[in-house]
Amino acid sequence: MQISGAQMVIEALIAEGVDTVFGYPGGAIMNVYDEIYKQDGFKHILNRHEQASIHAAEGYSKASGKVGVAMITSGPGFTNAVTGLADAYMDSIPMVVISGQVPMSLIGTDAFQEIDAVGISRSCTKHNYLVTDAKDLARVLKEAFYIASTGRPGPVHVDIPKDVTAQIAEFNYDIEIELETYKPNVKGNPRQIKKAMEAISVAKRPLFYLGGGIINANAAYEVRDLVHTTGIPAVETFMARGVLSYDDELLIGMLGMHGSYSSNMAMSETDLVIALGARFDDRVTGKLSEFAKNAGVIHVDIDPASISKLVNADYPIVGDVKNVVNEMLTHCDKLNSSRYEPWRETVNNFAELHPLTFHEDTERLKPQWVIKRVGELLGDDANISTDVGQHQMWTGQFYPFSRPRQFISSGGLGTMGFGFPAALGVKAASPEKTSINFTGDGSILMNCQELMTAVEKKLPVINIILNNNFLGMVRQWQTLFYDKRHSETDLSVQPDFVKLAEAFGGIGYRVHTKEEFDIALKDAVEKNVVAFIEVIVHRMENVMPMVPSGGSLFNMMLLEKKGTK
Amino acid sequence: MSENSERRVISVIVVNEASVLSRITDLFSGRGYNITSLTVAPIPDSKYSRLTIVTSGSVRVIEQITKQLHKLIPVLRVYEHADMVEKEMALIKFPITESLSDINTLCEAYNGKIVNVGDNVIIAMVTDEPNRVENFLKAIKRYSPKEIVRSGAVALER
Repeated sequence: MQISGAQMVIEALIAEGVDTVFGYPGGAIMNVYDEIYKQDGFKHILNRHEQASIHAAEGYSKASGKVGVAMITSGPGFTNAVTGLADAYMDSIPMVVISGQVPMSLIGTDAFQEIDAVGISRSCTKHNYLVTDAKDLARVLKEAFYIASTGRPGPVHVDIPKDVTAQIAEFNYDIEIELETYKPNVKGNPRQIKKAMEAISVAKRPLFYLGGGIINANAAYEVRDLVHTTGIPAVETFMARGVLSYDDELLIGMLGMHGSYSSNMAMSETDLVIALGARFDDRVTGKLSEFAKNAGVIHVDIDPASISKLVNADYPIVGDVKNVVNEMLTHCDKLNSSRYEPWRETVNNFAELHPLTFHEDTERLKPQWVIKRVGELLGDDANISTDVGQHQMWTGQFYPFSRPRQFISSGGLGTMGFGFPAALGVKAASPEKTSINFTGDGSILMNCQELMTAVEKKLPVINIILNNNFLGMVRQWQTLFYDKRHSETDLSVQPDFVKLAEAFGGIGYRVHTKEEFDIALKDAVEKNVVAFIEVIVHRMENVMPMVPSGGSLFNMMLLEKKGTK
Repeated sequence: MSENSERRVISVIVVNEASVLSRITDLFSGRGYNITSLTVAPIPDSKYSRLTIVTSGSVRVIEQITKQLHKLIPVLRVYEHADMVEKEMALIKFPITESLSDINTLCEAYNGKIVNVGDNVIIAMVTDEPNRVENFLKAIKRYSPKEIVRSGAVALER
């Protein structure tokens, strides 16, 4: 059929089963928005900043497992979106981001709102395209969805000049993808898997190191099966929270810079690391030369470049973690789970020695209490997003996650301003669950304009602002490593967060006590409108334990014993 | 990076399409890898081009380079050469006042010859292994070369 490039975009999105698009119109993308106006195949959510559109699409993707789609205009529209693209790239989130571009005849002339978009996005996307002829659009969009969602997922950016969206050409979306140069290896090498299982069967202190790739691969329930069948204890990365349920006896906890004492000690004492969909990030490993020093390493990952990048793998297995784990499960009959009993005891002793906890305070609420309390009140009924900083780490530590895709956070890039728009996307994908965004008084101001989106589109996200009047995580480092010189981190001058929420038509609460918090949360859940719950928390609380940057995992700064302050 | 840094020659077969070269060079600059030389030309009768990249790094870095190259969507194949024939060409411009026969003899020793003699300059060409080209360029210093162009290496696995 002969249709315009703009119509092709709509047809392709509908054919891909897209039901929600996040975006912001502008000059170069107007032809496409004109077609959006005429169609009813998908919903469009207008954010109030392009960065928020990308984060919302990320949240949508992470909660639903589908490809997130965002649409933006050229020039500043695109550059505003770059942070989101980089964020999705770091956290391997499948996305297709479509941007308008100035007409072909103007490219290279420094035209109004022109920027070399594919030049910029090249280093922060899995792949990108500049479409120079409408007859290529069907193929490009089909490839974009395919590339975004297969192999190691990631964002794909498609830049379309305005005249290409106006061009009439033949459109046929029912085509085969022929990508001779892109063939992700999804099935792990069976011989290698067998060897890895033999290594597990003779190990004394094996340890599962679970990463976010498990969630991307929809393999959490298979992994639960493997963990329980083998009886081998497991640590989770920040990105893997929810792979195992918080109450799983074999879950030691989160490891890394702010991981629990027991998790980091288990990693330091293990003799065989079984890494599943994890990438040995520096925030996880600490000092590399001391990381799991006496251990062999089994590394399962879809991305060959992640294997032996930082830590040498003795048993490298390239493949989709779901397929590999299923294959591993067929070799479990020879394993004897009681073999690891002494090791499980050792690990439990670590946990008893220094449990993950915090000290209550009589004057002010502790942020950790707030997070635990939300877990008690909402638990599984809530999807949890966070911004970036102390509150993010406390959420990773203290929220009782019980299922994959419950937790959505900016792990790799660490993007302040991620949480609120991402929570909107989560709510759009999963309206039956309460969408909570834990945030700080620093982060929330980086995308608070999304109050408008939330009100307009009736996306009742509850933002819990843990307000310590500080850019808390940076303040913590300044306290610990810069001799308490709190350079530019005191955020005492603040808006009235209650009035801010109300100004947009949302609802605001300011709470100081446990009782007030319970009432506010209950009320916000019932009112079902976007909310700010500002919780005044202890100003100088630090995230503990902590592995100082570049230090070894076993050299943790620990929570001071009560009464020693 | 400097631990046991070794010179390596890598060939990359890529789809011959817009901006594919910048994908490769961006990867090198973005991840802090070295490029000593880079040549590129289309492979006859195909939709592919072949790049020859001379780089250096530790074993781990070279392994990462090949893996990261392979991750790029338009990359079909990556060869890290071990046993190869490697050649590089150099063009050198000399003043006409220098000895034609001396230069010609030297060039012949390095698989080359004088390719052009004009009113004011002589242009000579050599084609040899890159380290031999290096030696040649040292040897001709005394003939006051005015301009030197090196092509960068190309290589084929034996």
